[in-house]
Amino acid sequence: MKQKMFADAALAVGTGQGAATKTTISAKFAKFRELGLLAVIVLICIGVQIRNPSFLTWENINDIAANTAILSILSVGMMLVIITRGIDLSIGATLALSGMIAALTVKAHPGLHPLAALLLGFAVGLACGIVIGFLVAKVGILPIIATLGMMNVFRGLTYEASGGKWVSAHQMPDSFKQIATGSLLGINNLIVIAVVIYAVAYYFVSHTRTGRQVYAVGSNPESAEISGIKTKRILWLVYTIMGGLTGLAGVLWVSKFASAQGDTASGYELSVIAACVLGGVSIAGGSGKISGIILGAVLLGILNNALPMINVSPFWQNWIQGMIILAAVVFNALVKRGIDRNNLMRRKI
Amino acid sequence: MEPRVLTSKKPLTLKGFFLQWEWMLVLLFIAVIVMNVNLSDYFWDYNNLRDATMSFLDKAFIVLPMVFIIILADIDISVGSIVALSSVIMADLYAHGVPMELALIVCLAVGTLCGYINGLLIVKFKELSSVIVTLSTMIIYRGIAYILLKDQSVGKFPKWFNYLGWGYVGSIPFILIAFAVFAVLFGILLHKTTFGRKVYAIGSNPTASRYSGVQVDRIKIIVFTLAGLMSAVTALFLTSRMGSTRPNIATGYELDVIAMVVLGGISTAGGKGRMIGAILAVFLIGYLRYGLGLINISAQTLLIVIGLLLIFAVSVPKLKWKGTGAKGKAV
Repeated sequence: MKQKMFADAALAVGTGQGAATKTTISAKFAKFRELGLLAVIVLICIGVQIRNPSFLTWENINDIAANTAILSILSVGMMLVIITRGIDLSIGATLALSGMIAALTVKAHPGLHPLAALLLGFAVGLACGIVIGFLVAKVGILPIIATLGMMNVFRGLTYEASGGKWVSAHQMPDSFKQIATGSLLGINNLIVIAVVIYAVAYYFVSHTRTGRQVYAVGSNPESAEISGIKTKRILWLVYTIMGGLTGLAGVLWVSKFASAQGDTASGYELSVIAACVLGGVSIAGGSGKISGIILGAVLLGILNNALPMINVSPFWQNWIQGMIILAAVVFNALVKRGIDRNNLMRRKI
Repeated sequence: MEPRVLTSKKPLTLKGFFLQWEWMLVLLFIAVIVMNVNLSDYFWDYNNLRDATMSFLDKAFIVLPMVFIIILADIDISVGSIVALSSVIMADLYAHGVPMELALIVCLAVGTLCGYINGLLIVKFKELSSVIVTLSTMIIYRGIAYILLKDQSVGKFPKWFNYLGWGYVGSIPFILIAFAVFAVLFGILLHKTTFGRKVYAIGSNPTASRYSGVQVDRIKIIVFTLAGLMSAVTALFLTSRMGSTRPNIATGYELDVIAMVVLGGISTAGGKGRMIGAILAVFLIGYLRYGLGLINISAQTLLIVIGLLLIFAVSVPKLKWKGTGAKGKAV
C-alpha cells in the first residue's frame, strides 16, 4: 500500500508542476484542520441557533456534552486502532455485551457498588479486546474480517446472556443510574470521565515510548519491526485498549439510557469511525491527533443534536452520516496528496 | 524465454490433489449432512431440502463477484445495502404505477450504478482502502433507502414476479437453475479468460501487474460493478421470495457473503482461491444453518456460529503458514 502510494506520488511529480500553488494550499490546510473544524462547528451552531433559539441554552449544551462523552471515549480507542492501519467494527457489539453483563449483574445484586459495575464492564470489554487483538496480531487475520466475525459472536452472546430480554430502568438500582446522571463539582460524571480519559490518552500518545511506537507501527510496519519495535505486541495492545474503553463506555451507555437491550448501539461503530476521520485520523495509518478527534466527536454530537431541532427527518440521518464519512476521508486523502507532492517538490530543489 | 506462470500451476501429485482446501470443504460438507441427518429426522427429505436451498440461495449470487473482489485483495461491505436500495427503488417505482418490467430493469441498473460508484471511488482515491469506501457507501445506500421508504414496507407485486423466488422448472427450483447458470458464467470468467488471469495477477501484486500493462483500474471498476449488479439480482430474488420489501432488508448479508467466500478458501491476502470452493461453502453454510434451525437453535446462536466459522476459516490457513513470513496485510 505504502509502496503503491509512493509510486503514485512519483508518477505525479512530473505533472505536478502546474498544480504547485494549489497543492501548497491544501498542504497548508492540514495545519489549520482544527481551526477549520472549529469554524464549521461555530457556523453550524449559529445557523441552528437562528432556526431554533433553544439550541444554545445551558441545558442543551450540557446535554450535547454528555451525549458526546461516550462517543469521544470510543473515538480515543478507535483512533489508536486506525493509526495502526486497522479498523474495529465490533465495538457496537462489545459495548452491548459489556453493558448487558453489567446491567444483569446490578439487577441480580442491587447492592453492588457502582464502581464495581464499572469495573466489571471494563473487564468484559477488555477480554473482548484481548481476543480481537490476539486474532489480528498473533493469528494475522485482517482487522476487518476479525472484527466482523467477532462482532457477530459478541452480539450473539449479548442475546444469549439476556435471553433476548431487556433490562429496563426499574430493574436497575438508583446508584447504578447515577453513574451517568450524577455530577462531580457540578459537571456531569460522563464529561469528567471523558476529560480524564482524554488527558491520559494525550499523555500516552505524545509522551510515552509505547504511544510513539503506535504511530511508528502505523506509518511503516516494516521499518518499525526492523527498528526493534514489537509490532505484534503494539497491535495487540491497541485492540485491548479499544476493548477496555468500549467496556467502560458500555456501562456508561446502559447507565445513561437506563436500559440494556440486545441491539444496544448496533451500528454505533460507524459514528465512532466518522468522528475519527472527521478529526483527521488518516485511514492509511500513522497519523491522528487527540485534539482532532475531540473536535470530530463534538461536531458529530452537535449534528446529532441539531438535526432533530431543525426538523430534519430521522430517516435522513443515516445518509448524512455516510456522506460526512465519505467527504471527510476523501478530503483527508486530497490533503495528504498535497503534502506528499509538496515534500517531493522540496526534495527536488 | 519461458513465460513465467503467475500462480501455482505446478504438476499436481495425487497427494497434492487431495490436500486441497476444496476436499476439506467436501469432507466438512459431508460432516454437516451426517450431523444434520442424525440430529433431525426431517432433514433428509426432498421437499425440505429443496425449500431450504431456495431460502439460502438468494445471497449466493453476491458470493460469485465477491470471490473476484477478495482475490483482488479488496473487500466490499456495501453489498447488503445495495440489495436494500435496489429492492426499495424497484418497489417504490412499482407502487407509483411504473410497470413491474420496467421497475425490474431499474432495480438492476441501480445495483450496477452503486457498484460502479464503489469501483470509481476506490480507483480514484487509491489512498483509501476499499474498507472505508464501501463502509461509507454502505451507510449512504441504506440511508437513501430509508429516505425513500421511511419505515414502511411495500409489497403486492404482480403474480408473475413471485415466480423468481418461488417458481419451479419441473421439480427444480428456478433460483437454483439461475444460480447454476451464473456460477458457471463467473467460473469461466475467473478461470478460463484473460480477465480472470489479470484479476489473479492484480491480487498477487498490483504494482507489478500495472507495470506489465494490466489495466488495474479498469478491472477493479468492472469487478465492483459486477458486485453491484449481482446484489441487484439478489434483491430481485429476495424481494420476490418475501413478497414485500423494507429499507432494513439484507442487513448483515455482507458478513454471510464474506464468510462464505473466505471459508471457500479464497485468501484475504489476495491472488489465491477458486470459484468452486466458494460455491461449496455456500451450500456448506446453507445446510449448516438449515440443520441447526431444524433443531431449534436460535438465530442469535447462529450469529455466533457464523462468526466463529468465519474466524476459523481465515485462521486455519494462517496457522499453517506461520513462520514463513506471511503477514496480515493492512486494511
